[in-house]
Amino acid sequence: METTYRSNVMICAGTGCVANGSLKVKDAFDRELAKRNLQSEIKVILTGCNGFCAKGPVIVVYPEDIFYQQVRPDDVAHLVEEHFVKGRPVQKFLYTPPAKKEAIPVMNEIPFFKHQVLRALRNRSLIDAEKIEEYIARDGYMAAVKALTEMTPEQIVNEVKRSGLRGRGGAGFLTGLKWELCLRVKGDIKYILCNGDEGDPGAFMDRSVMEADPHSVLEGMIIAAKAIDAHYGYIYVRAEYPLAVHRLQLAIDQAKDRGLLGKDILGTGFDLDIEIYQGAGAFVCGEETALMASIEGLRGMPRPKPPFPVYKGLFQRPSVLNNVETFANVPPIILHGADWHASLGTEKSKGTKVFALSGALNNIGLVEVPMGIPLKTIIYDIGGGIKGNRKFKAVQMGGPSGGCIPESLIETPVDYENITKTGAIMGSGGMVVMDETTCMPAMAKFFLEFTEDESCGKCVPCRIGNKTLLSILERITNGEGREGDIELLLQLSQQVKDASLCGLGQTSPNPVLTTIKYFRDEYEAHIHDKRCPARVCTPLVQFKVNEEKCKKCGLCFKNCPVGAITWEKGKAASINLEKCTKCKTCIKNCRFWAID
Amino acid sequence: MAKLTIADLKKIKEEYHASQQLREGGFTAKVTVHMGTCGIAAGARGIMDAILDELNKSGRKDVAITTSGCAGLCSREPMLTVERAGDPPVKYISLTPDKARKIFAEHVIGGNAVKEYALVAGHETTY
Repeated sequence: METTYRSNVMICAGTGCVANGSLKVKDAFDRELAKRNLQSEIKVILTGCNGFCAKGPVIVVYPEDIFYQQVRPDDVAHLVEEHFVKGRPVQKFLYTPPAKKEAIPVMNEIPFFKHQVLRALRNRSLIDAEKIEEYIARDGYMAAVKALTEMTPEQIVNEVKRSGLRGRGGAGFLTGLKWELCLRVKGDIKYILCNGDEGDPGAFMDRSVMEADPHSVLEGMIIAAKAIDAHYGYIYVRAEYPLAVHRLQLAIDQAKDRGLLGKDILGTGFDLDIEIYQGAGAFVCGEETALMASIEGLRGMPRPKPPFPVYKGLFQRPSVLNNVETFANVPPIILHGADWHASLGTEKSKGTKVFALSGALNNIGLVEVPMGIPLKTIIYDIGGGIKGNRKFKAVQMGGPSGGCIPESLIETPVDYENITKTGAIMGSGGMVVMDETTCMPAMAKFFLEFTEDESCGKCVPCRIGNKTLLSILERITNGEGREGDIELLLQLSQQVKDASLCGLGQTSPNPVLTTIKYFRDEYEAHIHDKRCPARVCTPLVQFKVNEEKCKKCGLCFKNCPVGAITWEKGKAASINLEKCTKCKTCIKNCRFWAID
Repeated sequence: MAKLTIADLKKIKEEYHASQQLREGGFTAKVTVHMGTCGIAAGARGIMDAILDELNKSGRKDVAITTSGCAGLCSREPMLTVERAGDPPVKYISLTPDKARKIFAEHVIGGNAVKEYALVAGHETTY
């Protein structure tokens, strides 16, 4: 059996430290430890260059992670005596960072940054999005050079396939496979398309990439165009993203001006023109065939697949459509190789994923994490936990097409397969976190209102199915739920999923299905007991103080805007229903759920 | 502008690196105001104006001011990053124009980070 040591002494044996006498320091350690009979407790190891040669010989002691510098052989006896016998680090040899900066934590001391790895967002806060030189200075367009000069379309396709990159728009189709299918199709005109029609409530990943690093999207598109032999491309961006449109257009103009787009790119003989097409904001236009119809000047409605767009896409030509984040991931894959990309992530989900955190979290923002990271780490470490000391209830992933994941599944590793197992979807990366004050049937109703409104109306299951689902949810949240409504919701949801033409209808019942799956008791409370446990559905709230739960704190009284509450110190509050406007301020302020 | 060749691309990269190096490029400090939609909505324009105003008043020619997109922590915008030659960059959060002026005077010019507004020092993990 291998001996377990209580401490490891790592002595740097890089050239710099050896020149400064680190090997003699090691001999001194060996002698001193033997003298004190500590050699079985403390292990001395020679390491490679520590990197801090200027302060050599340097020593790191684990597990305490204490960094000693400029240790001489003569100092070792004192160091062993103090540190390993008496257990106190020797101040004299401790490394002190250059003055006055100790108080500001560094990146890996802040959970928000510590767990993130930036790949798609690799230039975040480092470059000015409106200056092409800054992108070029960060290896920008080097991957395009490699793809255009050294690689055949087949090699590009193979590299991207081997990397395991999957579509970041939500469905997770293998990007390399999509390109390969299109490459194999014969055709004189092909299109490369970028989907920037980010429409999920609570999602802003693509907007941020387009605003902060538009050239990374263009470079990804150049590489993809070479892979499928396309010479014309569109970026479809919703008009509600004016800054993204502005910066993308600037980027396209700059790239054209410098010969990175247009005819004979960088003198390689490859041509590619890219144009922005502004969408008018219909959610369904994020669906690939509806998006293409929209660019064609038609009403944004999906059409049946097959034929798939790689065979017959935009203007009936072979087309590849990828999401903004997918394209942003491509240049580093070409530059650093498929293995580099696949080195992060899980078996079937490689690399990183960008998420937009929103809702009841302390840290709202944009984060990029390795695939497979537990949901808990995203919510509690990166997101900083739930605001206002409330309890976590669920997280909605994938927006209106996705589902909720309850607290019991918070350890779920975030990758395509594991998220799908919960009934939610990876989606494009929206994460809306909800606390205990969220009513789940009302949440499902919110998303159904959205999808019912955004349904294009072309197919009956989506047009009428979603409307009917919504009307059932409306009566449940109005206190008019009927026996059998839950079963009806389940049955109808399945029918809408199975029979709808496109992804919108095929996924819109997901919020209903997952909230019933994980929070059926809340539906039952609404229907059977005419009660809304989260006190959200106003018709089901009695506005009566529960005297057993009331802690007599008076917070409801102090916050009521219409003076409908009477309260005295030491007595339970009561609500005058004639004055009450049912604004629920009292409920929001009560920490004890004492108002029914 | 003339079309670039591959060699030009590499040259731009090298030249830009040289000019961006705080010491070599003739700058002692660089201020990056984060101006994504989140930053702008939270008031980044006012922060930028305050920084530019302070720069003009100071008459310094060795401070670079630039912008960048969303820094990730949208709920703590407006944010800015100060980088001084030889030190790790420091990110400041939840700024107001007055806070920005103080940061300019004390950190950018004075060299002492304003701890009470600072969130973090160092670079994020890329790749």
